[in-house]
Amino acid sequence: MSAPTTAAAKHRAEDKPLTKAEKARLSEGKRAERRLGWLLCAPAALVMLAVAGYPILYSVWLSLQRYDLKFPDEREFVGLSNYATVLGNQYWWTAFGVTMLITVVTVVIELILGMGLALIMHRTLVGRGIVRTSALIPYGIVTVVAAFSWRYAWTPGTGYLANLFSDSAPLTERASSLAIIMLAEIWKTTPFMALLLMAGLALVPEDLLKAASMDGATAWQRFTKVMLPVMKPAILVALLFRSLDAFRVFDNIYVLTAGANETSSVSMLAYNNLIKGLNLGIGSTMSVLIFLTVAIIAFIFVKLFGTAAPGSNEEGKR
Amino acid sequence: MALLTPLAACGGDDGGTPTINLYYAPEQNLQKVVDDCNAEAAGRYRIDYQVLPRGADDQRVQMVRRLAAEDDGMDVLGLDITWTQEFASADWILEWTGDNKAQAERGTLAGPLASAEYEDKLYAAPKNTNVQLLWYRTDLVQQPPRTWDEMIQQSLDLKGQGKPFEVITMGAQYEGLVVLYNTIVASAGGHILNDEGTEAVFDQGAVRGLEILQKFASAGVTSPSFTNSIEDDARLQFQSGNAAYQLNWPFVYPAMQEGAPDLAAKVKWARYPGVDAGTPSKVTIGGYNLAVSKYSKHPEEAFDAALCLRNEEHQKFSAINDGVPPTIESIYADPEMAEAYPMKDTILEELRDAANRPLSPAYQNISTVMSATLSPPASIKPEQTAKELRGSIQDALESKGVLP
Repeated sequence: MSAPTTAAAKHRAEDKPLTKAEKARLSEGKRAERRLGWLLCAPAALVMLAVAGYPILYSVWLSLQRYDLKFPDEREFVGLSNYATVLGNQYWWTAFGVTMLITVVTVVIELILGMGLALIMHRTLVGRGIVRTSALIPYGIVTVVAAFSWRYAWTPGTGYLANLFSDSAPLTERASSLAIIMLAEIWKTTPFMALLLMAGLALVPEDLLKAASMDGATAWQRFTKVMLPVMKPAILVALLFRSLDAFRVFDNIYVLTAGANETSSVSMLAYNNLIKGLNLGIGSTMSVLIFLTVAIIAFIFVKLFGTAAPGSNEEGKR
Repeated sequence: MALLTPLAACGGDDGGTPTINLYYAPEQNLQKVVDDCNAEAAGRYRIDYQVLPRGADDQRVQMVRRLAAEDDGMDVLGLDITWTQEFASADWILEWTGDNKAQAERGTLAGPLASAEYEDKLYAAPKNTNVQLLWYRTDLVQQPPRTWDEMIQQSLDLKGQGKPFEVITMGAQYEGLVVLYNTIVASAGGHILNDEGTEAVFDQGAVRGLEILQKFASAGVTSPSFTNSIEDDARLQFQSGNAAYQLNWPFVYPAMQEGAPDLAAKVKWARYPGVDAGTPSKVTIGGYNLAVSKYSKHPEEAFDAALCLRNEEHQKFSAINDGVPPTIESIYADPEMAEAYPMKDTILEELRDAANRPLSPAYQNISTVMSATLSPPASIKPEQTAKELRGSIQDALESKGVLP
C-alpha cells in the first residue's frame, strides 16, 4: 500500500471517535475560520467572476444569436440553432478530431519523455544546474518565435530539415504537417512536464526505495511498484495541466500551416470564424463548445482519477 | 506640468493641423504620393502613411479588429476591392456624396467603380485596378488561343510534337483559384450570385465553368505543381522554360525581363481566353479602393486626402513606379504609359468589360468556401459540385456558414 493512502486511512480513523459535543465545538471554530477564509478570498473571487465569469456568460449569450458584424441589422435571437449548425458541420468535426489527436499523442509522448528527463535531472550529480537549465530552454522560448523557426526549417530552400529529408514541402501535406505540429508541441512542453514530474519524484522517500531494494526489488519494480504509486498525484496533475493546454493548441498551427490542408484545431476554427469571418454567433458557439470540452476533461481527471490541486492534502480529493 | 508638455505636443487636434492616418498595404513609392498630397494640402491636413502588413488577410484583420472597437485613429483605409461591400454593410465606412462622389466617379472605369458600390451607393474611390493576361511563347505558338478549348488543343498538339506545352496558372486552394473560376464563369455568361447578391444561383453558365475548369485540370496540360501554385510560383515555373502559356497578372512581365531576359524576348501577351469562340472573355479584376472610416475625427479632410491620393497625376505615378494599373481610363492614353506598360492596350480592352467577383458583404466567407470546394479542380463533378456550392454559399449569406 502506498504511503499517502495509509496516511489518509489513519486520518479518517482518528476522526471517527469524536463525540457530538466535540464536533459542535470544532465546527464552531471551523465555521469562524471558514468565514474568515471567505472574507479573505472574496475580493479575489469577485475579480475572477468579473474577468472570467462575465466573458463566459457573454459568449454563451452571443452563441444564442445570429450576430454577424457584416450584417448588423440582422441580429436576432436564434436559440440553439448555432449549436446545430456547428455540430452538424464537417469542418468542426475535422478540427475536433485533429485537436484530440494532437492532445492524446503529444501528452502521451511528453509523459514518457518528461519522465525520462525528470529521472535524469533528479539523479544528475555533476552539473545539475546546467542540465536542468538547458532542459528548460525550449519551454523558455516564446512559442510563436519557436514556431517560426520550425516553419523555416521545414520550408524547402530556407530550411535545413526540409533539405535534409527530400526536396518536397512537408508543410503542404496533411500527415506531415500534423507530425511537424506535434513535434513542435512536444519539443516545447516536454520540459514543463519534466519539471512537474521532478517535483513528484522529490516526494518519493529514499527509505522506501532502500527498503524495496532490501526486499529484492529490481530497478524496474522499484520504479513501477514504489515510485509511480507515490508520484501518482503529481503525474495526474501534470497530465491534467498538459491535456487542457494541448487541447487549446493555437500558435504552433497558426504559424506552421494557418490551418491549411485540414490541420485546423478547434481554437483555430473559432478564431477564423470570430475574427476573420466576423461571425460572433458561430464563433462564440465554438468558444462555448471548447470551454465545455475543457471542463469535461478537467471533470474526468478530478472526479474519476482523483487528481488533486498541487499542494492540497488528501481532504482536497472528493 | 512636465508630464503634460509632451502630450500637448502630440495632440495637435485642437486648432493645429489635423493628422489623417492612411492605412494602406506596403507600396514602395506611396510615400512620395503622400508627401506630394501633403504639400498640396498646404497645412489643411497632414497625411500619415501607416503601413499595413503584407498579407491581405493580415491587412483586413487589423482594420476589422480596430473598426469593431470603434477606433478613431484610422481615417483613410486601403481596401482590397473584395472587402468594400463588407465594410459598407458593417457600417464602418462613410458613403461618398456630392462633390466628392462626382470627383471619384469622373472618368473611372465601370468595373472598378462597381466594386466600390454597395446597394447603389458609393462607399470608396477606386485607387488602382488589375487584370490578368494570357502570356504565350511566340516561338511555339503562332496564333494565341481565343478560347479554353483552343488553348487545351494547342497545348496537346505541342505536347505531341515533344515541345514545351504546359499552361501555367494558379491552382492552389486560395483566392487565386476562385479568381480563375470566376473568370471562366463570367466569360460563359454565368452567375454565382443573383444581381442583388442575396442568393446563390449557380446557373447553367456556372456549371459550364465547373466543367471547363475540371477539363483543364485533368487534360494533362497543366504543370505537376498546378494544385499548389500561387502567383509567384506560376511565374517561376513559366520562367523555367517548360511552358508555352501563362495566365497571370502583369507583374510577370517586368519580373521576366529581369529574371529570364532571353525568354522575355520571345513572350507576348493576348486577351485572356474566353469560353465561346465568338464571345471575348470577361476577366476578373483585382485592385484597391480608398474608403473613409466612420470613426474618423476629420472626415472632410479624409475625403480630400483620399481624392488626392488617387487623382489622375498620382495614379499615373503609381502605375509607372509601382506597377499598379490606373482606374481612370484616360491615363492609358498618356504616352509615358507606353514604356512602363507595353501591354496597356490589352489591359484596357479587358478592363472595359471586366468581371467582378461576387459583390457581397459575405465575400470573404464565400471565397473560403469556394476555394475549399473547388480544390483540387481535377476532382470537380460539375452538377454535384454546383449543388454543394449553392448550399454552402447560401449558408454563408445567412451567417450560418462555418469557415474551415
